[in-house]
Amino acid sequence: MADADKTPLLGIDDLAVHYPIGGGFSGPKRVLKAVDGVTLTVAPGECLGLVGESGCGKSTLAMAIMGLVTPTHGRIRIADQEINATKKADHMHLAQMVQMVFQDPYASLNPRQTVRRTLADPLRLHGIGNRTEVEHRVADIMAKVGLRPEQADRYPHEFSGGQRQRIGIARALILRPRLVLCDEPVSALDVSIRAQIINLLLELKDDLGLSYIMISHDLGVVEHVSDRVAVMYLGRIVERGDWREIFEDPRHPYTRALIAAIPDAFRRRAVAGQKARGEIPSALAPPPGCHFHTRCPLVADQCRSDSPPLEPVNPGHLAACHFRDRAA
Amino acid sequence: MKFRANLYIGGAFFATSVIVAVLAPLIATHDPVFDANLMNAEIPPGWEYPFGTDAQGRDIYSRVVHGARISLTVGLVAQCINSIIGVSLGLTAGYWGGWWDDVVSGLTNLMLAIPSLIFALAIMAILGPGLVSLLIALGLTSWSYSCRLARAQVLSLKSQGYIQAAKILGYSDLRIMFTQLLPNILGPLIVIATLGAGGSILAEAALSFLGLGIRPPYPSWGSMLSDAREQITTAPWLSIFPGLAIFITVLGLNLLGDGLRDILDPQSRERTS
Amino acid sequence: MSAPLLDVENLSIALSQGGKSYKAVEDVSFSIAPGETLGLVGESGCGKSITALAVMGLLRRPLGLGGGRITLDGSDIHNLPPAKLRQLRGKRIAMIFQEPMTALNPLSTVGRQIAEMFVLHTGASWSEATDRAVDALRQVQVPSPERRVKDFPHQLSGGMRQRVMIAIALACSPDLLIADEPTTALDVTVQAEIVDLMQELCAAKGTAILMISHDLGLVANMCRRVAVMYAGRIVEQQAAAEIFERPQHPYTIGLIASLPRLGARVVHGRQRLQEISGVVPAITAFPAGCRFRPRCQRATDICQSNDPSPTPLPESGLVRCHHHG
Repeated sequence: MADADKTPLLGIDDLAVHYPIGGGFSGPKRVLKAVDGVTLTVAPGECLGLVGESGCGKSTLAMAIMGLVTPTHGRIRIADQEINATKKADHMHLAQMVQMVFQDPYASLNPRQTVRRTLADPLRLHGIGNRTEVEHRVADIMAKVGLRPEQADRYPHEFSGGQRQRIGIARALILRPRLVLCDEPVSALDVSIRAQIINLLLELKDDLGLSYIMISHDLGVVEHVSDRVAVMYLGRIVERGDWREIFEDPRHPYTRALIAAIPDAFRRRAVAGQKARGEIPSALAPPPGCHFHTRCPLVADQCRSDSPPLEPVNPGHLAACHFRDRAA
Repeated sequence: MKFRANLYIGGAFFATSVIVAVLAPLIATHDPVFDANLMNAEIPPGWEYPFGTDAQGRDIYSRVVHGARISLTVGLVAQCINSIIGVSLGLTAGYWGGWWDDVVSGLTNLMLAIPSLIFALAIMAILGPGLVSLLIALGLTSWSYSCRLARAQVLSLKSQGYIQAAKILGYSDLRIMFTQLLPNILGPLIVIATLGAGGSILAEAALSFLGLGIRPPYPSWGSMLSDAREQITTAPWLSIFPGLAIFITVLGLNLLGDGLRDILDPQSRERTS
Repeated sequence: MSAPLLDVENLSIALSQGGKSYKAVEDVSFSIAPGETLGLVGESGCGKSITALAVMGLLRRPLGLGGGRITLDGSDIHNLPPAKLRQLRGKRIAMIFQEPMTALNPLSTVGRQIAEMFVLHTGASWSEATDRAVDALRQVQVPSPERRVKDFPHQLSGGMRQRVMIAIALACSPDLLIADEPTTALDVTVQAEIVDLMQELCAAKGTAILMISHDLGLVANMCRRVAVMYAGRIVEQQAAAEIFERPQHPYTIGLIASLPRLGARVVHGRQRLQEISGVVPAITAFPAGCRFRPRCQRATDICQSNDPSPTPLPESGLVRCHHHG
């Protein structure tokens, strides 16, 4: 499946987000390369899963896509809008294109606003519809996320975690965006209600023709919902491709290590690769050459000095490893 | 349900002062300024003059009651000015950060380093005595506390999901600050405001005591204390009653502040459904 | 079958709130043989953590023991005086927690914190203890242990701190290690390493493990037997190998069916995850009869009137359900 069949909804070109740290009185000047040269696309109606552990930069990437953080280099194109180092995000324009569902349902709703106000305010802000239309849209989205109409006048603290997350999803969808970024949407929820939210997100995607970027550290969730997957490590994308290829035939040792780390009955022995050794290095001082070489079971001299580029293994499946052609 | 002593007692004390101030002309028995007869000077408390009379023969009770108007006006208006300046600066400094935050923080540190009373004195010296100058002086010198608090609260709330959500929904910075952040930091700010109002009343008393506040013959609790300086041993009632009025009002405000803090904080901890 | 190391019989834990007493944990029984690993699985609020605290004798107001017996090697420990309990902790039963940053003293070097264990429990001198601390760090696979010994907790990464916690806990080779969500706050690849480490070390020292987690997959892989808790009760207990293949309780069945498992989509295609309706009940509002009834697809009248008692299953398993299987 070719990468650029349809005009992508979201295009990220060589994006970098660097934070200067220290300097002056607080020590030597260093640069935190939170996102270090990321190129990605998301097609309409597609769900891109973004996987990675601490320090990989997925949160910063999410912030950059939402226009909450300014890129250092590179650019982000969402439909007809562009964000780059010199062109800041225009939120009023972007709001109807891309929205976000947050991880913590307990901190992502204004505790002093009723559900109704949280959902209606953005419509009024954007001048969408008159009073009746606003009410209608609020009622409509509440029904879609599984909330009852009489809950509209309640405050967030009166709801459970799962219900709050539904409100968060309703808020993300109220302006009818085309792309929704879901940042760990179920990790803060009780295990027995995660299925409700995952099913809901998938239904809404089909119902409303949405595209998702699903950020999660839970590979099971990512495999379940994604069409394509990108794996990040210390600010770079180390592998990306179709979900089946990534999980069945991972070509980057880090991807294999992630899969091997999941204790689970269904895991098929063929893919059970070797686990990664040691700790994740600090993003402030990533190892030279290939960032993963300090933990990689396949490490060779080349890896310590040459950073492998992200190149195709099969059409649509790319990996940044000198040994990408070796199947698991 | 706990008996909220702070709230009720503080509320009662403060409400009493307010009611007295509002009803002053109705409950005073004599004119506080003009009903002066040297023949009645320094009469101890008794039937006709429940709090006694002062050196000019004026009824202390009526002067205390009218004085409430001045003292409470000063306390509340000066605190309003304080809060408006402090919260605006703190809110914007915390939210925008950068050079503006540096400027505001520097200014706040400066203000906190200068004894506010002395600063107020200096301003009064320039502006001259009188109610308006007093309000300006007090309003301009004590905003640092609410500024610090507002800024700290904003810094801790800034990264919460709903603030980021508001941004990506297209809310402007000002809208976010005043409709999303401000309502959520109001609790501690109200408490600081009640404490500050008490402080302003005390400051007025101090300034008037030093002769720079309310000028005679108009009664303010502070100027009454000032006038009574020399007669503390011979006619103690001249100082006791205005002093008691200040004490009850400020104590009431402090307790009220404590009580408000208690009811405003646990709100978010309830879960009904 | 040898005598159990830890035997918990009909344990109840009471919670006092607003003048009333609620049973946060009721009638919980399980046992751990020497060197065995038992997993205790459940969601937040099910009572697994406070059960662990009860075993350690660490319950504080508003929680308190409401009944039952806890025995270690045949002797009662639930009613021991504080001084005797203190002797037990660290020497015979040790515990590690979810958040190592708060469990370690930020003002003391990690070396000292490990060495303390030796000084307190084996009467070693400080210099001896420090040497043994370096050894302990080496055992938990911390690189350059001689240098690390002088580090403070904040200078280490999350995974490293957890290793230090394990070193402290296993320093005196206790008989039982209680691990309360030790990997939840860690990255996935680091989790796998920590779990491997725990298993290796405990096998080497003959230490039994009580592994508490909300992750059924993790626990089933690591432990020989698994107990599932819901709303203060153990609702199912089985050998780990069985629990995934043949879960008996509707909650366990629902849980397994609701979680997307890696590798499932390739085999079965994307199937709609089976939802468990409703929410976990609060301690103050446990339903009458079977506590899982409001969310259960198999619920009938008897489930409301009768709290199910444990039904034994093969291999000392059990399940609490009128309609199990």
